[in-house]
Parts: sequence; structure tokens; C-alpha cells
Amino acid sequence: MTKITTENLHLHYGENHALRGINMLIRPNKITALIGPSGCGKSTYLKTLNRMNDTVPGVAITGSVLLDGEDIYGSTVDVTKLRKKVGMVFQSPNPFPMSIYDNVAYGLKIHGIKKRLLMDEIVERSLRGAAIWDEVKDRLKTPALALSGGQQQRLCIARTLAVSPEVILMDEPTSALDPISTMKIEELMSELAKQYTVVIVTHNMQQAARISDYTAFFLLGEMIEYDETQQIFASPKDPRTENYITGRFG
Amino acid sequence: MSNSITGKRKRPGDILLYGVIGLFTAAVFAMTVYFVVYIFSKGLRGLSLAFLTTAPNPIIGTLGILPSIINTAYIILLTLVFAVPIGVGGAVYINEYAKSRKLIRVIEFTTETLSGIPSIIFGVFGNVFFCVFLNLKVSLLSGALTLTIMVLPTIIRTAQEALKAVPVSYREGAAGLGASKWTMIRTILLPNASGGIITAVVLSVGRIVGESAALLLVAGGSAMYLPRGSFFQQIQSSGSTLAVELYRYAYSRGENEVGFAIAALLLIIVIGLNLAVKLIGKRINRGAK
Repeated sequence: MTKITTENLHLHYGENHALRGINMLIRPNKITALIGPSGCGKSTYLKTLNRMNDTVPGVAITGSVLLDGEDIYGSTVDVTKLRKKVGMVFQSPNPFPMSIYDNVAYGLKIHGIKKRLLMDEIVERSLRGAAIWDEVKDRLKTPALALSGGQQQRLCIARTLAVSPEVILMDEPTSALDPISTMKIEELMSELAKQYTVVIVTHNMQQAARISDYTAFFLLGEMIEYDETQQIFASPKDPRTENYITGRFG
Repeated sequence: MSNSITGKRKRPGDILLYGVIGLFTAAVFAMTVYFVVYIFSKGLRGLSLAFLTTAPNPIIGTLGILPSIINTAYIILLTLVFAVPIGVGGAVYINEYAKSRKLIRVIEFTTETLSGIPSIIFGVFGNVFFCVFLNLKVSLLSGALTLTIMVLPTIIRTAQEALKAVPVSYREGAAGLGASKWTMIRTILLPNASGGIITAVVLSVGRIVGESAALLLVAGGSAMYLPRGSFFQQIQSSGSTLAVELYRYAYSRGENEVGFAIAALLLIIVIGLNLAVKLIGKRINRGAK
């Protein structure tokens, strides 16, 4: 069973060969962690999965990424529909400067859902899904930017859930948060994996070990090793993986 | 030498410098206050209700400025109708769509140059191009078109800065939810840049209200009658705005009292506009928190 199949994916930023032939199968309803030192290509790879690299000037991509068997770089693909199906949570919480409610409803509105009752229902379900409903239910009309960083990040997760994605990409979602907020997001991720396929980039190896089912180790634009998380951390096959997870570099 | 960190003292050079800076600041403030008080003391007297609501008519003995108030309003309205969509659209294009760095630099250089050109040159150009070549005659419409070219640089540059100031993270957030580029511009970019755009509009209104030289050549130098006929006939007739009327009264006719009254009115409008900009800025800032 695979959700996303990446075949021989190369990505160039101008002269820079940032991804060098990535082959990877991402399994549904699992958490897949991408680890590796800064500049190894893990974030770049994550962004190719919902084509967030498209707008970067000078980017060239070859190879294929299949989502449920469909090539997301195919000429007939509607990027809007792709990103609805493959949602993204960013490194720093980035709620829009509007109310909590409007933040979650934003995705619904741009995808044409206008019925108030339905919208209310989805907003509540999404906020519950992101484990923030109880904290904000009495102040849905207040500005989202008044929330704490951790709450903002969970709101951003709720915003992503609202458009009913199947895959959720998370780009170092806790690196800007304090330990308690981080713990909440981690608990939430395990919960999310029951319904969604989660791919997370993290530079925190303990985090990858704690929460993920599968881990891929990236180095200098190549995917060095990819296996069940326990396997990777207990007995890595490649010496470079071992060096990294034992802290010899990175 | 003692190792203590106490022993703070003021250096004589610093004291002198603070003194000089303070003096300059006080001078600027005093000049502004004196200027405003002077204009108001001479002009407020003349600002009666009759002065604001009648046309000048030697037969029934009224000497009002209603026609030029109406002309001013028309020119403001028309100029904004032309300049705001073009200016904001241009800013969106430069910021979001233009790919070539060279083209962007050329446009930016052009707009900067345009904003530095003396207004009388716009007047000469407007007269030749709009009044004569396009046969729009000396009219409020020609005036508005000429002023459109004059205020466009301000609107484009200010709107562009406002668009640039919208954080990249908002764009990414919208794109990540599947917003198309245009949806993102409409729902995220423009609402977040609206404060800057409104500021640009208000500044432009200030420029329009204050413009005299160019309008003398393209919109006409007198305001004896109230505009007549349909809207389109009205904007095709000539007429002077308040600032032009001020020039005419104070310089050509030597009626200084009327001139000061108009000056006081213009000053009130400009101060009002500046306060409006401040208030808008505050409200926008509050909205973001």
C-alpha cells in the first residue's frame, strides 16, 4: 500500500542540484519523518509533494511523484485540487490576520463552500480535530494573532484539516514552539495519522524517533536510507545514517 | 584606574548637539504653528455659510465659492476613478506578475521620474494631449486625466510598498490551502495592503486639492457658474478648483480676503486628510493585533 510514490526525482535550483534521484514510497495513514542536516534537501523534497516549489524562480524538476497513482506534475493537474488533497503546515505558525473562525473558514470559502451551517460544522470539526476547540470555542471571532504560538500552529493545522486533505505535510512544525506546545502537536500528530497520511520534516531526531512510523535520512540531496523508524534508529544500515543519528555530524 | 562602572557624566559636545537639535525642532514647530495661525486668523472670518454655498454674482451681490468647491469635488472623484484602479492594478502587476527584473526597474525608474516632474509640465502636456489632440477641450475631464498621470506614481509606489509588506508566510498559507494566485491576491494580499492603498489615495487627494498650475492650463481658470446639464456635460465644461480660484483672487484680482478664506478652507481640508491617514493607520494596526 502506498499513498505517494516518488520515482527518480531530481530538482535543480538554477545551478544547484538540490534533489538527486529520490525514490520513495510513502504509506497511507502512517507518519513518515524526513531527517537530515540543514540543506540536505528534506524540506525541498517535502515541498515537491504539493508543488510549493513551482513558484520558485529557476526551479527545474524531473522524475515523477504519483499520488494515488496520478502524476502530480502531469500537464492536466489542477494545482488547486492537488493542494486541497495535500495540505501543508509551515515552520512558523502563519495564521492570517483575521478571526480564528475566518482562518479555518478561509479554505472552505476559496473552494466554494458558502452555506453558513455547513461552514460552522466544518470549522468546529476541524478545530476539534486539531485539539484546540476547547481553548477557542468561546472566542471564535477574536483575532487569530492574539493566540499563543502553539495555539496558532494548531489553528493552522485546523485550517488545513478544514479542506479535507488526505495527506498533511509538516515542515518542522514545532521548531518555533516551546516544549509544552511541541508535546501537544506531537500528540495531535499521532491522532491525525489515524485518518491522514502525515509527512513531517524535523531536525529533531528524538521527535522523529518518538512519533514517526517510518524515517528517511537525507544527505546532500540524496535519500540515504529509508526504513521503519525503529529499524533506522536501532540498526541503521548505512554508516552515514549511523553517524548522523549518533550525533557525529549535522 | 577604578574598575567601577559608576561615574556617569554628560560630555559638553553632547549637550551642545542636543541644544542645536532642540532649537531646530522648535523652529520647525513654531513656523508651522505660526503659518497655520496666520492663515486662519486672516481667513476664517471669510468662511461664512453664504460664502460656501453661493456662486459669485455681482448682480445679486454674492461672492461665493460653491462652483469651485463642486469643481474640486468632481476632479477628485474623476481622478480617483481613473487613477486608483490603474495604480493598484499596476502595483499588483509589478509585484506579483512581472517576471523580468529589467522591466520592473524600468517601470520603477519611470514612476520615480514622473513624481519629480514640476506640475506645470503636466499642465502643458495635458493641454496639448487631452485638450487639443483628444479634443476634450479645457475641461474638468481634461483636468482629471492630467492629474491622473500626476498622482499615478504616488499610488503605484505606495501600493507596491504595501503589497511588499504583506508577509510571505500569508501567501504561502493561502497557496498551501489551494488558493490560486488571483484568489490569493484578492483575499489575502489586497485586504492586507488596504491600509497602504487608502493612505496613497488620501495623499493623492491632498495633491489634487493643492494643485493649481497644471489645472490652470487644462481645466480652466474661472468658476463663475455652477456646472449645468447632465453629469457628462458638467465634466466636459471648464471650471477652476479651489486652489486655482485662490490664485485668481489673490493674484489676478487682488482680493486678498477671499484668497485667505479659500486658503483657510484648503488648509482645513489638508489637515483633515492628514488626520484621516493617521486614524486609518491606527485602525489598521489595531486590526492586525
